[in-house]
Amino acid sequence: MLDKADGQIFSGNVRLIHAVGMHARPAVKLTKLAKKFQAQISVRVEGAAEWINAKSVAKIMAMRAAHGSTIEIKASGGSDAEAAVAALVKLIETDFPDEVS
Amino acid sequence: MQGGAQHLAYRGRTASIGFAHGPFVRVDADTSGERVAGSLVEEALALRKAIDTASGQIAELAAIAGGEAAQILEFQVALLEDEDFIEEIFAAIGEGDAADVAWRSALDAQIADYNSAEDEYLKARSSDLADLRDRVMTILRGGGAEALTIPSGAVVCADDLPPSRFLEIDWSGGGGLALLRGSPTSHVAMLARARGIPMVVQLGAVPEFGATALLDGEGATLELDPNAEQLRLFEKRRDIHRKSRASARAILRRPTALWRGERIKLFINIQGVGDLAHADAQYADGIGLMRTEFLLSEPGGLPDEEAQFAAYDAVLRWAGERPVTIRTFDAGGDKPVPGFTTDGEANPFLGVRGLRLCLARPEIFTVQLRALARAAVRGNLKVMFPMVTSADELEAGRKLFADVVQRLQAEGIAAMLPELGIMVEVPAAALSVNTFKAAFFSIGSNDLAQYVLACDRSNGALAPLMDPLHPAVLELIARTAEHGRRAGVSVSLCGDMASDPRCVPALLNCGLRELSVTTSALAQIKQTIDRLSGGGGLG
Repeated sequence: MLDKADGQIFSGNVRLIHAVGMHARPAVKLTKLAKKFQAQISVRVEGAAEWINAKSVAKIMAMRAAHGSTIEIKASGGSDAEAAVAALVKLIETDFPDEVS
Repeated sequence: MQGGAQHLAYRGRTASIGFAHGPFVRVDADTSGERVAGSLVEEALALRKAIDTASGQIAELAAIAGGEAAQILEFQVALLEDEDFIEEIFAAIGEGDAADVAWRSALDAQIADYNSAEDEYLKARSSDLADLRDRVMTILRGGGAEALTIPSGAVVCADDLPPSRFLEIDWSGGGGLALLRGSPTSHVAMLARARGIPMVVQLGAVPEFGATALLDGEGATLELDPNAEQLRLFEKRRDIHRKSRASARAILRRPTALWRGERIKLFINIQGVGDLAHADAQYADGIGLMRTEFLLSEPGGLPDEEAQFAAYDAVLRWAGERPVTIRTFDAGGDKPVPGFTTDGEANPFLGVRGLRLCLARPEIFTVQLRALARAAVRGNLKVMFPMVTSADELEAGRKLFADVVQRLQAEGIAAMLPELGIMVEVPAAALSVNTFKAAFFSIGSNDLAQYVLACDRSNGALAPLMDPLHPAVLELIARTAEHGRRAGVSVSLCGDMASDPRCVPALLNCGLRELSVTTSALAQIKQTIDRLSGGGGLG
């Protein structure tokens, strides 16, 4: 157990089950949720060269993640990096439900 | 068209019916205005201010519009709040670009990127980006109040109109919408129909200026600065339209529709109990088609038995003794469902869809059958299978259903096997209709026509060929109706043809006596049958 989580990188990955892939509605939901966290959060389609800022809707859309692809998530900094990864994994896993608290 | 250059008439396509007579207003985004660029700091401030103003305007619109329109707008707000995206534009200003130049080139790059996508969903988003681009450009050029200057009851004319601009206009005093391009299937056309605003699209070229305009959403015409004769004819058409609507309402309240002394049953097509809020629904003879695919797209994945039972039960309770025909999941084809439909089929319309898919995925299908078997004891339920090719498929479905009923009863749960019927939409089923031991048949004319005519119904280029009144389609409808008559089995038709007054005479002449229509067409179809009955002539 680290007494200070700041330097640590948390990560997770999740399969995108949304019917049409990462489109406007899911992209908006994902960035909105990401912005609730202090941590720096990046995502990429599994194996892609570049990590993308999870708080940028334009970049998430440009990622063109297709239905069935796996999304990798990593977060660091702030005190909420671990929670951020868990929340984003859950959002994608549950197919972007309408109520996300 | 007679008359001088001042009395011009233009023809387009109907997107929303109705009539409007009012001042003519062009609202094209003004892209010719020039801005005088200031210093780097002034330019950055101007853009920051324009973005804030745009953000506020869009949020306000979303709050007023709600629902689907709000979701369309939410993406635009998210983009304005995207720091990475906005920072790049400020960086361009820092390098000497004027605010409007930097903004336009960033948005144009995004739009080009979306347009180059293979993916239709992404392409469709480019019009939302163009909407956002023009909104901020207008604010930067000192416009922005333009929308408010549209007088009440105006005939608004534009090249195309994004949904957000439509929502900004105050339609409470009536008015109409005339678009030079546009499409009857666009978001803005949906909004116009919901508001009852007449709308004509694809008018081509229309002069920039005019004082008054007449918009006829039925004849799909726009007349500019009409003379007395044009005005008189327009008012006459409007009057006929109003009277016809009033008489349709009166006919709607009659208990039954009669054609040459025979009773014609009129049912409605619905998705769920919410659609029954329509004021005309109560006059239907029952539900001819309840679709269930919407249950598959709700958040949280595939629906469980309880959620489905509740959805079916609510409709049965509304219907009382009237029949309710529920169609089992019709997924696949143009309706993909993650976790259910088959990915990567080369030709999904000829693939594993409808009953084929349900039989291939019994673990999903039996949940629906359980919910239906339980609902069957609650009212006058009939169940039909979609996309059936051979009698063996019907029997396989019936066996699954019977097993489900048996298991439920063994568990001590009230359940029964409802009447089972099939959709007739595969030409093979129509041609061998006498091989099916079905309690009823419902003709799905949209798919039937698509398969018989070998025309993808979503392909606009084939629209002239996609004629549901083609003799081959009518022949199959007549055969099915004839079989029903001989075997004493009910045959109805639930495709778009039933809701189209131009198709109704042919359907009655094919021998059909039951039609299932969209609720908003119920009054008009009942009136059409009444007229055909009175007039005779169309024998």
